[in-house]
Amino acid sequence: MSTPVLKLVAQRIAMGVLLLLAVSVLIFVGTQILPGDVAQSILGQSATPQALENLRRDMGLNDPAYIRYLRWLGGILTGDLGTALSSGQDIATSLKDRLWNTLFLASAAAAVSIPLAIGLGLLAVRYRNGFVDKLISGLGLASTSLPEFFTGYLLIYFVAVQLQWFPSVSTVYEGMPLGERLSAIALPVTVLTLVVLAHMMRMTRAAILNVMQSAYIETAELKGLTPFQIITRHAFPNAIAPIVNVVMLNLAFLIVGVVVVEVIFVYPGMGQYLVDHVAKRDVPVVQACGLVFAAVYISLNIVADIVAIVSNPRLRHPK
Amino acid sequence: MSNELDYLSRRVALGKLSRRDFLGRAAALGVTTVFANSLLSSAALAEGPVKGGTLKAGMQGGASTDSLDPATWQSQVPYKFGRQWGEQLVEIQPDGTLNPKLATEWGSSDDAKVWTFKIRKGVQFHDGKEMTPDDVVATMERHSDANSKSGALGVMGGIENVKKDGDTVVFTLKEANADLPFLMDDYHLMIQPNGGKDKPTAGIGTGPYKVVTDEPGVRHIGTKFANYWDGDNRGHAEQIEIIVINDATARTAALQSGQVHMINRVEPKIVDLVKRVPGVTIQNVAGKGHYVFIAHCNTAPFDNADLRLALKYAMNREDMVKTILRGYGSVGNDTPINKAYPLFSDDIEQRKYDPDKAAFHYKKSGHDGAVLLRTSDVAFPGAIDAAQLYQQSAAKAGITIEVKREPGDGYWSQVWNKQPFSTSYWGGRPTQDQMFSTAYYSKADWNDTRFFNEKFDKMLLQARGELDEAKRKAMYRDMNVIVRDEGGVIVPMFNDFIDATSKKVGGWVPDGNQEMSGGYALSRCWLMA
Repeated sequence: MSTPVLKLVAQRIAMGVLLLLAVSVLIFVGTQILPGDVAQSILGQSATPQALENLRRDMGLNDPAYIRYLRWLGGILTGDLGTALSSGQDIATSLKDRLWNTLFLASAAAAVSIPLAIGLGLLAVRYRNGFVDKLISGLGLASTSLPEFFTGYLLIYFVAVQLQWFPSVSTVYEGMPLGERLSAIALPVTVLTLVVLAHMMRMTRAAILNVMQSAYIETAELKGLTPFQIITRHAFPNAIAPIVNVVMLNLAFLIVGVVVVEVIFVYPGMGQYLVDHVAKRDVPVVQACGLVFAAVYISLNIVADIVAIVSNPRLRHPK
Repeated sequence: MSNELDYLSRRVALGKLSRRDFLGRAAALGVTTVFANSLLSSAALAEGPVKGGTLKAGMQGGASTDSLDPATWQSQVPYKFGRQWGEQLVEIQPDGTLNPKLATEWGSSDDAKVWTFKIRKGVQFHDGKEMTPDDVVATMERHSDANSKSGALGVMGGIENVKKDGDTVVFTLKEANADLPFLMDDYHLMIQPNGGKDKPTAGIGTGPYKVVTDEPGVRHIGTKFANYWDGDNRGHAEQIEIIVINDATARTAALQSGQVHMINRVEPKIVDLVKRVPGVTIQNVAGKGHYVFIAHCNTAPFDNADLRLALKYAMNREDMVKTILRGYGSVGNDTPINKAYPLFSDDIEQRKYDPDKAAFHYKKSGHDGAVLLRTSDVAFPGAIDAAQLYQQSAAKAGITIEVKREPGDGYWSQVWNKQPFSTSYWGGRPTQDQMFSTAYYSKADWNDTRFFNEKFDKMLLQARGELDEAKRKAMYRDMNVIVRDEGGVIVPMFNDFIDATSKKVGGWVPDGNQEMSGGYALSRCWLMA
């Protein structure tokens, strides 16, 4: 790889790290602005001023904000997220399981939806403006327009209750055999696929159609290539950047935005974990979750940027 | 005909005749399906419990912030799981009387100030240690310590000290309390080895099931404890599991598809639909929980007794039960006490919707303009609708009520117990004394109607130390009348607990002390073969 590309990639990564730092400051400041402090939330309404003062001293809450921030950041960098106020458990341990579950569900949904979306997008381009194209677009848009709880309930009613093919409760646990695990998440994966499918499919279609206007496509046609060969060999590689962008956006959604699906299917993921702790004002956990979500979003965006840079021949082969 | 039905239902219970065949034959004998079904469950009870299997419950009320430490329990799931792995000194029965549990007998001094509990012998903890009076004392100490932040702190507040005396434990109280044994049923007061002081979240108790998996907010599993002392009566399934399903639709679906055998909190508005699902039985029982409209007796304009009476007469209670509870409940009488309480007097006149009387008292109060009522979704299910219904029934008496909808977040800290007129919910307490002490005693933190009545306070303390039940009952009657006529609480309705079970569940006991058969469903019930 040539130097300009490496330089660009390095710049993107450095920007990402800086952005993450900025987000960590925002999260820290945001939780500081909230009324009451950690000591107050631990001791509750019946707290005496003396007990509050003792706890504040023990927890170092009397130090200036920047020192507390640096201490918190240092803990995170060394893998120590602190302990949850509500249950006294180590945050890193319980967060790890939840994050793993979320990633598992997201990857399963991505493994189904991304090939499907791109495949359907290619198909739509091949038969553009024909019946197949309109059918694919219509169904895709319809499935995205329905709110996820509605599709979820429909699937529960027909697939879980009437047909009893898959369970409606998707509780997964450590040591569960992979087969059972996949069967358990079948319904949430279907819902998530239906939600993200249309966006990726339509973007694929638009990006490729854009390329199809180019002169070299006409050349390919004149060479006598079949329409599908033209799309896969010449149009698709040149449309990768925008497609990857939208794929990454949807991946990020699959990881940070699925709390409704988690609640309906009783899936033990990050979303439900975060909501529970927000309800209990468990600030350290909320901070940790916020940071994890931010990290996921930022790194997926970096990946999208890098793919766009690397797949751009003009950047790879500078004059 | 009934002989033949009896014979058939016994054969079903023994597994020699399928349920469908039974219902078919019962229909041939001219019996309705509902009646035939009830025959089946009584036959199952008579045949005795079936051992083995995994009994599963899908429950609302769990979160990833839950812990196994009994001191921290507030919501349904940790509490109901705790009832399966831990035990208290006593247990309240469905009829409101007390049964011995880890204490075999108890008694008090004549002034009800010193109580002695004899501790059961030969009971083992899940870690193999024998339960001793020392463990009981340590448990009480832990929950009395302000630092433990135990949910039972209020209960323990009236206890001076707890000491071991041979094989008994002696409670010395600050002031007389005839209800002390009832307080020992509190679900926080699970007896644990050394009171759970060594490791509060260890989850070790004496109950029929020991904790094997504890994933807060996801699921909790217990397996049968081989050395359980009362195995004939409790702990029939080999394993029990609580799956946390907070979404009502998902809970119902899990029951229908057979993933769980019982669920809690069936919403009144869907009960009639759930009822029609084949194989599902609705288990509803009258409880002590009630929905309230609370006015501060010391804040204008509610410091005017006539205005409070006008507001009470303007409430259409029958309509509320029919619309908000869909019939799954009973009308209230402007006191927090109903027939589910021990020592209840049923001869207090029921207050009825009376626009004329409401208008009369409203006029007498001299109040002018709208009355501001604050409410929110979280106050109780259907609170907004209830407030609007109330608005309409009051309008007929010429009283204008302005309904202000407050956000759910912060309702309990900013509105309830702060604003002069709002909607709320009470879960009830084991005894009348506790209910009044928690929310109607002038010095109570949660005196949410700002009810300061010297006569009432005096009677409350007097009744608490009275060991003669007839006299206590009379005192409580008078106190209920005082709250009903002078208090700031409007109680339109008491709600039923509504659970549902699948046809595989046997041995369900209706128990109004709590939802899920008093909290004991998983160890009381069994899986039918």
